[in-house]
Formats: sequence, structure tokens, C-alpha cells
Amino acid sequence: MNIVVLVKQVPDSGADRNLRPDDNTVDRGSANNVINEMDEYAIEEALKIKEAHGGEVTILTMGPDRATESIRKALSMGPDKAVHVVDDALHGSCAVTTSKVLAAALGQLNADLVICGAESTDGRVQVMPHMIAERLGVAALTGARKLTVDGGTLTVERQTEEGYEVVTASTPAVVSVWDTINEPRYPSFKGIMAAKKKPVQTLSLGDLGVAPSEVGFDGATSAVLEHTKRPPRSGGAKITDEGEGGVKLVEFLATEKFV
Amino acid sequence: MSEVLVVVEATKEFGVKKVTLEMLTLARELGTPSAVVLGGAGAAEALSAKLGEYGAEKIYAAEGEEIDGYLVAPKATVLAELVGRVQPAAVLLASSQEGKEIAARLAVKLENGILTDVVGLAADGTATQVAFAGSTIVKSKVTKGLPLVTVRPNSLNPAPAAATPAVEQLTVSVSDADKLAKVVERVAEQKGSRPELTEASVVVSGGRGVGNADNFKLVEELADLLGGAVGASRAAVDSGFYPHQFQVGQTGKTVSPQLYVALGISGAIQHRAGMQTSKTIVAVNKDAEAPIFELADFGVVGDLFKVVPQAAEEIRKRK
Repeated sequence: MNIVVLVKQVPDSGADRNLRPDDNTVDRGSANNVINEMDEYAIEEALKIKEAHGGEVTILTMGPDRATESIRKALSMGPDKAVHVVDDALHGSCAVTTSKVLAAALGQLNADLVICGAESTDGRVQVMPHMIAERLGVAALTGARKLTVDGGTLTVERQTEEGYEVVTASTPAVVSVWDTINEPRYPSFKGIMAAKKKPVQTLSLGDLGVAPSEVGFDGATSAVLEHTKRPPRSGGAKITDEGEGGVKLVEFLATEKFV
Repeated sequence: MSEVLVVVEATKEFGVKKVTLEMLTLARELGTPSAVVLGGAGAAEALSAKLGEYGAEKIYAAEGEEIDGYLVAPKATVLAELVGRVQPAAVLLASSQEGKEIAARLAVKLENGILTDVVGLAADGTATQVAFAGSTIVKSKVTKGLPLVTVRPNSLNPAPAAATPAVEQLTVSVSDADKLAKVVERVAEQKGSRPELTEASVVVSGGRGVGNADNFKLVEELADLLGGAVGASRAAVDSGFYPHQFQVGQTGKTVSPQLYVALGISGAIQHRAGMQTSKTIVAVNKDAEAPIFELADFGVVGDLFKVVPQAAEEIRKRK
């Protein structure tokens, strides 16, 4: 099975994250950039399918030059190769235009299965799998906590607010996964060394047949007008329980009209 | 005034979800609200009274197996046709997994911008969003097409405004391409009658400090006394104390209730990302240095197995 995993480089969600003051895009320059955490689960799932059914795993990333770091990190887990869509004109692209570029790249990769994280930790927008599926005219099985592959038939358990749904489709398809689906492997030393030699193909907008005016700020379908940092919360009263902690807690809740 | 389409979120068990009422309230500021029910047979009929109570002037319904038996694609197709026909001033959906997914497909079909996690929308289409786990407030706008936004639950107070909506059944014409992902089974796992986590005005969450799955009864008891939902930190979920769909945090649900109660939760960034926009936060933790106290409006340093039962008893006394 030919599997493509979408990987996004994001600013570390464990550190302070900002939008740039000049053009309102995510500040990637001053941030510690990492693989979107959920994507590691997508990579793991792809590797497990390859191990069980054979095939090839390709990483697909759209991002600036520095996203190469994340691509190498992804490859060190075990995928075979990577494709990096990189073009200065992409800066400022919105979700709708990003999906156009990724769909164009996927169109060249002939994937049976596209796997991605359910959301990225920077935008948390959750729209990419369905946008891509809509453009490619293939099924999207999203929010999977379990994926079963049986020949060309895919079955997922999709996490919902009330429980889960069992959803099936035939390949080709896009599947997005939550972090409950597996436990991603750590790259081995051997894997890290091997990753340095794995092929990484770069594709420009020209290679994809997408005009620069269709993407970036020119092609964007939405715009950030302004942004402000919310002042950090400051802690209030803190008491130590000396036998009356529960009562004091309820007294506080009562003054706030919760009891 | 132009119509504003509000895509209804509802559950079989509880009917119309609160976020839908919030969207109807918001829609009234922007135009004339029309509710869109996309669901199983008879869905609109069951929901129409409630939708009318909150100002829906009209209800568009697309119902049945063709709509409900597949993952979101048929819903997006029906909605795209409707948008083309009525040319609404805006389209509002819930910022839930399904709401975002329908909106995603609609955005591609119409080559229309999309804004998610919106907490406010002005008449000129300027939306307010919260980003980076609530640390940044963003003003943004759809620049291509109509305002297509997904609204975060607990963004505003729903206000009733009686209307008597007529139901218009939409002709469903979904293609085979919309039926590629078939729902073969729906399994309910949520127990009891607690409010849904993202919509609840009170959330009581337990963390690693709760110790085991059995002890989560304490968390549930306090939640029930406060009329709230139960949440759990990633540490508690990873340890198998509580199911994943109740996880609050960066890789779980984002909640923004009036009151958030954190029990035995240290307050790692992973967790704070999902709850720090809560109006009031209280915490019980045995570690006085736990970062959760930096956020808490009221904190108790102590053993939750003593503090929580005492608090529960005190609430019962006051009732």
C-alpha cells in the first residue's frame, strides 16, 4: 500500500507562541519548531500498516526551508522518503489555499492512503483532511481512534462526543487520527543516521502547476486584521487545608453564586 | 434583512445543543436566523419548537439515511446548494469536529474563506477568535465569499426570542462521491445525564492525583452536585482512569465554562491549553507549588480525598 503521511512543522505548544506583528502570521522565526505532535501518531500508524501489509511510506510537508528539520525527524521514525513543498509565495496561505497545494502534491504521489493528525497544535482548525478529500474526490475517515485495513477496505472507529462511530470506506482515502490510536515509536540511533540519507524531493508551485497568485496573501480567503495577547491569569486566594478546606471551598463557590 | 443560516447541532438524548441556541442568538444580530437541520428522519420535527423559541424564523430540513448514513460529505453538498439558493448573509456552524468538517467541505466547494473557534462576530463580518490556547485574541475576516464561521460553545449567553418557524424540506440530491464514507454503527458511551463537556457551564476535572478509575466517583459526585460535566487531564486518561472523550487539554477538548474545578491536576501546559479561558477556576492539589494555582481564583492545598468529600457534604447541607 502506498501511504502518504502529512506532517506539519509547528511552534512548540509547550512554549510561548505568538503571531508576528508585521504580517499577522504564526511566528516561526523565534519559536522552537517541532513536528505537530498528532502527526507522530499518523506516522506510527502508517509504519504499522506498512509492516503488516507491505508498501511504502512517504512524508509530505508544506512549509518553509526550516521545515526540513521536521522532515528529517519524521524520516528517522522509519518512513521511506519525503516530499517537501516549499515556495516563498506560499507564505500567508490560508487553510483553503493550503488544501489546494497539498491536493496538487498528492495528485502526483498516487497514494492509496493519506494519513494525518486530527488537528495541528498551532491552528487546531481540523479542516485539512476533509478539504483535501473534497478536492481529490476521495473518502475522508476522520477522528480515528482505531484503523483497520483489510485489502482495499478501511474501517475506523471515529471518536464522537457521545461515544464512537464505525465508519468504512474503500481506498483511496484520507484518514485522520487522534493520539489514542497508538504509541509512536522513538527514533533509534540507526533510524536517525538512516534518515540523513533518505530522499527528500522538493516541489515548487511551478512543479505543481499552481500559480503564485492562487496562494499566499494574494490567494488567501481570510485575513487576520489584528491580534493582541491576553494578559496572563493571576492566581487568587490559596489556602492550606487544616480540616476546613472543603467548607472554605464551598464558601468561595457560594460567594460566586455557584452553590 | 438577509437570512443567516445556522446549522443545527443536536443529540438524540438531549435535543438541540446549547451552542445552537448561542448561534441563533448571534444570528439575530446579523440578520434573520434560519435553522438548517441535517440529520435522521424526523429530526426537524423534533427540534422545531426549541429552535423557534430562540428565534429561528425558518427551518430547512434535509433528513434521512442519505444524509445521516455517511460522514459529513452529503451534509456539505446540501448546505452548498442551499447557500447558492438563498445567498445568506452568513453561515454559522458549531466549532465541533462535525461542524468544522462540514464547514471545511463547504469552504472548498464555494472557494470561500472559513474561520473556526469564533467567539464573536460583528455585523461587518469581523470575527473574534482565540488562538494559542486562549493566550491570543485575534480579529479576522473572511475576504473571499460570505462569512463562514464555526462558533465555539460557551461564547455567549443564549437569549430566547419567540418565533414560529415553518419547516421547508429540502430536496436531497447527493452524489455517489458524497457516499464514500459509510457510517455502519453509532455507539453511545457517555453515561448518565450530565451536560456535554464543551457546553457545560460547570466542569469538574480529575487528574493523576485522583489515583485510579474507581476514585473518579468523587469527581463525578462533585460534578453532579454542581450540575456539571466531568473532565480529565491527559495524565488521568493515559493512566486509564477515565475515557478519552472527556480529556481536557491541548490534545483533547477545549472548555470555557463559568466554573472549572481542577482536582489533583498539576496544571501542565498541555492541560491549561484546554481550560484557561474558563471564567472562574478553583483547584485542589496536595502540592502547593503546582502550576494550576497560578491560574486558580481559589486554591486549596490539601488532600483531595479529604477536601472533596467535605465540600460535597457542605453543598448538600446548603441545598
